[in-house]
Amino acid sequence: MVISFAIFAVVEVLPGDVAKMMLKQTATEESLHRIREELGLYRPWYQRYFEWMIGVFQGDFGNSYVMGVPVTEVVGRKIIHSVSLALFALIFGIPFAVIMGIWAGMKPDGLADRTMTVVGMVGISLPEFVTGVLFMLIIGSWLGWLPPSSIMLPGENPWSRPEILVMPALTLTVVMFAYIMRMTRANVIDVMQSPYVRTAILKGIPMRQVIRRHVLPNSMLPTITIIAANLGYMLGGLIIVENVFAYPGLGQLLLWAIQQRDFPLLESLVLIIAGTYAISNLIADLSYAALDPRIRVG
Amino acid sequence: MFNNINFKEQNSQNDIAMGSIVSIWVKVGEFLRLVLRTPTGRVGLPIVLLHAVIAIFGSWLAPYPDTLFHLDDEGNIRQLLAPSWRFILGTDQFGRDILSRVMSGSTSLVAVAGSGTILGIIGGSAIGMISGYAGKWTDEIVMRVMDGLMSFPSLLMALLVISTLGPNAIFIVSTVAIVTIPGVARVMRSATLSLKEQEFVQSARLRGEGTLYIIFREIFPNTLSIIAVELSVRLSYSILIVASLGFLGLGVQPPSPDWGLMISQSRQFLGSSPWVALAPAGAVASLVVGINLLTDGIKQAKGLPREEMP
Repeated sequence: MVISFAIFAVVEVLPGDVAKMMLKQTATEESLHRIREELGLYRPWYQRYFEWMIGVFQGDFGNSYVMGVPVTEVVGRKIIHSVSLALFALIFGIPFAVIMGIWAGMKPDGLADRTMTVVGMVGISLPEFVTGVLFMLIIGSWLGWLPPSSIMLPGENPWSRPEILVMPALTLTVVMFAYIMRMTRANVIDVMQSPYVRTAILKGIPMRQVIRRHVLPNSMLPTITIIAANLGYMLGGLIIVENVFAYPGLGQLLLWAIQQRDFPLLESLVLIIAGTYAISNLIADLSYAALDPRIRVG
Repeated sequence: MFNNINFKEQNSQNDIAMGSIVSIWVKVGEFLRLVLRTPTGRVGLPIVLLHAVIAIFGSWLAPYPDTLFHLDDEGNIRQLLAPSWRFILGTDQFGRDILSRVMSGSTSLVAVAGSGTILGIIGGSAIGMISGYAGKWTDEIVMRVMDGLMSFPSLLMALLVISTLGPNAIFIVSTVAIVTIPGVARVMRSATLSLKEQEFVQSARLRGEGTLYIIFREIFPNTLSIIAVELSVRLSYSILIVASLGFLGLGVQPPSPDWGLMISQSRQFLGSSPWVALAPAGAVASLVVGINLLTDGIKQAKGLPREEMP
């Protein structure tokens, strides 16, 4: 609620006028007036705010000023695109990061650990547009394995051409990989030093089984929290990554809405992104409490 | 989280507040020596210093003016030339020297991200220390506001503010400061909470010292190593945000050089002239990697926990 008001307030003071934006050079005083009248821009801001909020609660986000169609219609399609991309990144990124984290954590300061520490440091440091462009250059241009941009035809489904998802997803994964891997590594190191793991190893249980039965379950708690927290990060990353690869999702739509001063669209997008961010943070907190009985009791 | 801060240094660090300027430089030297003794600090510090030199003197050191269009003998633009002795990193689509543009572009990025971060650290530290020291409902209200600010993705916030007010350096600096404040406030608050219970703070309170005196003379000097770490961590975040804004076309406006924008525009020539993209990409990457290595070095030198949450 507070977020929604803040968003509306910020967007409201955006200079520039939708009506002028829509008509570009052909604008006359008369046609400007007609469009403003049509869109209800002459009504005071609080009236428009309450109408918009009431609409949101009823599942109606209003109409896009520029496109003239309901926001839900435009956004709905793009959400599917963005969610597909995020899912694609998560499905491949998380298991990989967890496995690498365990591998690095098993022998601290070993070769694997040192390599992973460097990889993690670089992964966290590189901005998404740098990794994205590097992937484009290496995989797209030099190796020619994948198309360098992810432009889709209108109405096309990302799953019909999964190859365009690979590079954006890979880019999104890099930073996430680093965080999850480092967290897993730290926890595995912790658990490996615990008495019960030593007991298990000394009992003569094969290493593979020790890892699966003893180390993995106990080191996953904080990792799951990190994963939930990363969902929020991903939304921010999506804005950049989608613009790098010209992938038609929420992030690209957001930048377009800012450029066009399309307020209902912009407000709805920001509300969706900020809302998802808040919810994923909540899930992170709740999952931590749910998975660790010590926190629940205390 | 901060229980293992080294309180043994409390006496020597208290001297900073009381002592002369000379002793501050001695402390800084001592601190740098500690950082240089760690493997990550030894790599990170020189990289950061090199970038600092380029950021300050870049436009003087650059071989050509950053907006000069180089023409050949027949008056054609020398566009997209591959790296050579004359143009060490090649030229871009307008025949401008890329090395000069990368070097000059450093200034605005570092200045904007740096001043935003410093403002954010000052604001965040003050808010965190006051909130943590005051406790009770002040703390409750302040921290709820900080949570509220944190619940908003920082890049989204920056995008909204900049698109609202225009890509003006002052607005970018203030946005960076605003997104920096809540995180710093939270860290400083928890440090203050544990310091507040220490004997030297208790005795200052019993001596009848004022609140501000206790916060700035007793608590603040003991948080310096935390502030050093925060400064380093937040600086790398700020650089990522400012560079990302540049990439989206909301940073420094052309023809002034901006690393993010250079990378964005280079995508068109990626296949034929990759050096246009690689130079600014390498610059951003080495800067942020250097800062992160330095952060790790400081943490190691000061015995702070090295693993962190995102």
